[in-house]
Amino acid sequence: METIDMRKAYDPAFVAQVQAESGQNLSLCYQCGNCTAGCPYTFVYDIPVSQMMRLVQTGRREKALSARSLWLCASCESCTTRCPNEIDVARVMDVMRHMARREGYVSEPAVKTFWDCFLDSMRRHGRVFELGLVAAFVARTGRFWTDMDLGPRMLPKGKLSFLPHGIQGKDEVRKIFERFAARSGS
Amino acid sequence: MKIGVFVCHCGSNIEATVDTASVAGTARAFPDVAYATDVMYSCSEPGQDGIIQAVREKGLDGVVVASCSPRMHETTFRRAVERAGLNRYMLEMANIREHVSWIGKDREANTNKAAELVRLAVEKLRRNRALFPKSFDITRRVLVIGGGVAGIQAALDCADGGLDVVLVEKTSSIGGKMAKLDKTFPTVDCSSCILGPKMVDVAQHERIALHAYAEVEEIGGYVGNFEVKIRKKATFVDWSLCTGCGLCMEKCPSRKSHDAFNEGVGLTTAINIPFPQAIPKKALIDARFCRQFLKGKCGVCAKVCPSGAIRYEMEDEVITEKVGAIVTATGFDLFDHTKYGEYGGGRYPDVITSLQYERLLSASGPTGGHVKRPSDGREPRTVVFVQCVGSRDTSVDRPYCSGFCCMYTAKQAILTKDHIPESQSYVFYMDIRAPGKLYDEFTRRAMEEYGARYVRGRVAMIYPKGDRLLVRGADTLMGEQVEIEADLVVLAVGAEAAAGSPALAEKLRISYDKYGFFMESHPKLRPVETNTAGVYLAGACQGPKDIPSSVGQGSAAASKVLGLFSRQKLESDPQISQVNQRRCVGCGKCALTCPFGAVKMIDVRGEPKAEVIETVCQGCGICAVTCPQGAVQLEHFTDNQILAEVNALCQS
Repeated sequence: METIDMRKAYDPAFVAQVQAESGQNLSLCYQCGNCTAGCPYTFVYDIPVSQMMRLVQTGRREKALSARSLWLCASCESCTTRCPNEIDVARVMDVMRHMARREGYVSEPAVKTFWDCFLDSMRRHGRVFELGLVAAFVARTGRFWTDMDLGPRMLPKGKLSFLPHGIQGKDEVRKIFERFAARSGS
Repeated sequence: MKIGVFVCHCGSNIEATVDTASVAGTARAFPDVAYATDVMYSCSEPGQDGIIQAVREKGLDGVVVASCSPRMHETTFRRAVERAGLNRYMLEMANIREHVSWIGKDREANTNKAAELVRLAVEKLRRNRALFPKSFDITRRVLVIGGGVAGIQAALDCADGGLDVVLVEKTSSIGGKMAKLDKTFPTVDCSSCILGPKMVDVAQHERIALHAYAEVEEIGGYVGNFEVKIRKKATFVDWSLCTGCGLCMEKCPSRKSHDAFNEGVGLTTAINIPFPQAIPKKALIDARFCRQFLKGKCGVCAKVCPSGAIRYEMEDEVITEKVGAIVTATGFDLFDHTKYGEYGGGRYPDVITSLQYERLLSASGPTGGHVKRPSDGREPRTVVFVQCVGSRDTSVDRPYCSGFCCMYTAKQAILTKDHIPESQSYVFYMDIRAPGKLYDEFTRRAMEEYGARYVRGRVAMIYPKGDRLLVRGADTLMGEQVEIEADLVVLAVGAEAAAGSPALAEKLRISYDKYGFFMESHPKLRPVETNTAGVYLAGACQGPKDIPSSVGQGSAAASKVLGLFSRQKLESDPQISQVNQRRCVGCGKCALTCPFGAVKMIDVRGEPKAEVIETVCQGCGICAVTCPQGAVQLEHFTDNQILAEVNALCQS
């Protein structure tokens, strides 16, 4: 294990950016670990959420943004609920996920692709079109067998319609996307 | 009038951002200023001698010291001018440190502001007059509120020092929280064995009058002469006859009463002596559970009592005591762990508080000292301790460290191994706080000799799994989520201010912090005094504290009372209100606004007039600003003095 030079490894711009975008004061975290203790996804994480917080405190941009945990977080907000210092930990994870996406650190491409497909479907139909989403996801990732077993069970329950359902106010939803795109310049 | 001005450098505290020599130069041009100089440290011995020498040599009538806050050194300089032969009220201070040098960096602006503050002080001093305190007699008795270990120590030390002590305790026995403990850290000696003799001393001391099961209702008066109303709550037993034999407890048919002494672990009888070493060892009926009170018939205790002490018709009695000083030692309460829904919120019988566990460990407890699970009476094999429950947690508004939980948890882990050798303890902690003599060694012993496994991390949830409890937490040193199947979970609940503390503080006219703990006069240098003269603090009512610190404060408060009473008479502060009765129109507004009840309306030749009771007046000045006629004037802060300062400021 290499020795970390605390001064060199500290990226002040990274810390400032996470704090500004999340609106959270990261020095409030005293590393009690309650977020990790309550997190239902720790079992798949490469870095537990309390250590993700520590990585931000110590300004470790590279290591934090390339963590797989960022993409495996379900945003269930157990961490936020448990935090004794009332830090919105899930928000911090969310902010870093966005940063990772912007800065090309995506360590779980399949998860990112799924979300992109989900958002595309939303943009197009105003709500998610499940079968279209699956098709797009499979087309982009080639993961044909993922969750294949669920299809036969969902079909008879009417959960997988062959045609998209329209909604009222589809234009308004599209405008939300446009507004977001205009504001974030993407 | 000849005034001397002394501008202090305070080392570099003031001189760094204020040109003190220039301030002194400016001051020489102020009216009546006969002498002005700058001084390195005016509070030092040579500094004070310089002031005294100048007063004598230049024939000064008054002194202005421009230095720190009067809260810091007003007394120092008043004594100095008194030594120089002046009246102590012929001194004014200009605060050019806290109000100038510490808060601004612009040397020129600071120098100007300092000179202006000196000008104000000079203008006020020109209108000062000599004031003389009056002396009054002291009632040499002390009231101690709270019979925990801090109150016991304060009461014993005062009584041993020759004072008559009135000790008021809310519950039916003294002893407080310490009486409930099985053992004490870091020596693991028996709590009741070391506290018991002190409790007996209280009972037997001829100078201590103990009022148990009583509460302070009202406090009037002032330092040296307080008048206190004490409500002696109805016990329904004539304590002058009760011998504490316990026969009533044996026969009482109502056996499902809340057992407050045992923290609700197990039940007790409606008529009850809380524990064998209780002082006074007298029975008390809990009317919420007694059949005589609930159903109107029973009377078993009255029949069996060999001394005929039962009195169902007894009512509360209010008595009045006169004392000269008050020590408040009202202790603390434990955090209500049911606020943590993730730990079961009180629903799981085998998730208990540390003090409940203490009762399970104690030989005088409901299980006779055998550790048994409250749910099924089984002996636990795996015990999990969770620290910082209601401490260092902003989300439940308890951001402070309770200080003693780390230590008592280590003690309980050790005792668990002693009681059940085949058991295994786990302790979830955030940091171990063990700053005390032999304290850290003690926590190390829990790990090294007794094999308690310490896990660094908080616990996120506790939920039942079969007849056991699953404790899910984190080990932040490993960076992993961990879980333990436990038979018993002990929550190390933190301390919070005792219920009713703010109400008592308001009766005592002392300050309390946002959590309800009483405020000391100075956090370092006046730890047991309050800002109300004659009222002192001891123990955890001031903030969470362990036994040695509580005892230390009990003794400290007693020494303060003994010091106060060592004087023949007390001096009243002459900075009080005076009524000019020729201007008074008798509207009575001053009497209505006075927070101390120090203004009374009297009849002068058929007309109502206000009069100030000099010993009660605290000199707050509310009456002076209320009076529409300007008839009430606060000595040393008269309208003329204050307006002279305003004029000096506005016209310069």
